[in-house]
Amino acid sequence: MSAVGEAAESPRGKPGSGESSPEGLRPALFRYLLRLGDTSLVLGQRLGEWVGHSPALEEDLGLANISLDLIGQARLLLTYAGGIEGKGRDEDALAFLRDAPSFANLTLVEQPNGDFGRTIVRQCLLDAWQLELYEALASSRDARLSSIASKAVKETRYHFHYSSDWLVRLGDGTAESHGRVQRALEDLWRFTEELFAADEVEEQLGRAGVAPVLADLQPRWSSRMDAALHEATLVKPPPSPYPWHGKRGVHTEHLGHLLAEMQHLQRTYPGARW
Amino acid sequence: MNWPGRAQAAEPARQPGTENIWALLERVPDPEIPVLSVVDLGIVRHVEWEAAAGNPKILHVGITPTYSGCPATEMIHQSVRRALDAAGYTDALIEQVLAPPWSSDWLTEAGRQKLAAFGIAPPESAVGQPRHLLRAPASVTCPHCGSRVTKRVSEFGSTPCKAHYRCAACLEPFDYFKCL
Repeated sequence: MSAVGEAAESPRGKPGSGESSPEGLRPALFRYLLRLGDTSLVLGQRLGEWVGHSPALEEDLGLANISLDLIGQARLLLTYAGGIEGKGRDEDALAFLRDAPSFANLTLVEQPNGDFGRTIVRQCLLDAWQLELYEALASSRDARLSSIASKAVKETRYHFHYSSDWLVRLGDGTAESHGRVQRALEDLWRFTEELFAADEVEEQLGRAGVAPVLADLQPRWSSRMDAALHEATLVKPPPSPYPWHGKRGVHTEHLGHLLAEMQHLQRTYPGARW
Repeated sequence: MNWPGRAQAAEPARQPGTENIWALLERVPDPEIPVLSVVDLGIVRHVEWEAAAGNPKILHVGITPTYSGCPATEMIHQSVRRALDAAGYTDALIEQVLAPPWSSDWLTEAGRQKLAAFGIAPPESAVGQPRHLLRAPASVTCPHCGSRVTKRVSEFGSTPCKAHYRCAACLEPFDYFKCL
């Protein structure tokens, strides 16, 4: 990922530079940054799988461009995370040399692409969440996190327009498209619990004014999703009783395969550069 | 051609004595749209000589990424480095500025004219329009013939910063630089 020879003057910022949170918060902040960065990275990687395979050229461009934005967010977040950790790991070390149990992405984003409709459902659920999250993080007490979020929220608005437009077209489409998207919604809905399930990491950062209270984001996420689902003539599934633990490093069987493909080159030729 | 209303560009104040450095940065082209310079795009945020106690002043050049994942960011960084080195400013520090986040409002007037001449429609942001409602509009002004009878083909064009349109008047396709 790094095209510049020397890490010292990386255009992504020096690891650890910038105004960051007090010493005691650093372990929680590191884990939190991994959650956000890994979620963007894994979803970016999933969308990249569509390049050359999308149903139409415009969607190939659309999905690839959204992927690019997500990977850019991941780079900014993981570079910051590496600096906070303080063990000399940069964005590349974190992205390419960790194993699945060390990844902290939401379980939702590692789910396979399936057909275009399933990809759109996954995307719309996540876009609506990132919209609320980044909006809230724009007023984080951590200045660097606030900067990254202020930038990301603007891009996420375009992502949500794209994914919700497609959700409506496919949901309120043919019997075939409606059926497929409704099934995808029922399959993926169980992973939305995790979007708002806070643990001690989010609680500690919440008390410090660095991260928002996840439960506070749910009402607006729900009303945004309800409106989109209604327009798409889709039925909202019932709440799922299962908690998911991607944020805590407990993943489904899919993440390992994704990482094997993503990390293969760097692990085979360690330190390789363009 | 008249471009619909836009917010005032937030051109950074220039420190006296840095005019020659701004001039050399005005010759650093954007890698994707080479008719534009990094200054036209509002990517250069500060050029400042800073006194360091007892030592010669250090030149700080601040640049900001446009989109989080813009692949040109690295190239722009390298181009600025090369331009500064070639002019003898080998000790200059190039800093990434993340706040405030880059906005398409920072495109200079000269930049907007150059975009249109190059065949890319510049961003149309109505002053005071709520940002959260912004999306690539249903129609924009065609940079080839000036018609408003245009249709959005895709929200994402050749790059994340652009959307794709087709003109019904002159029948040419074109890219539109999105508001961010």
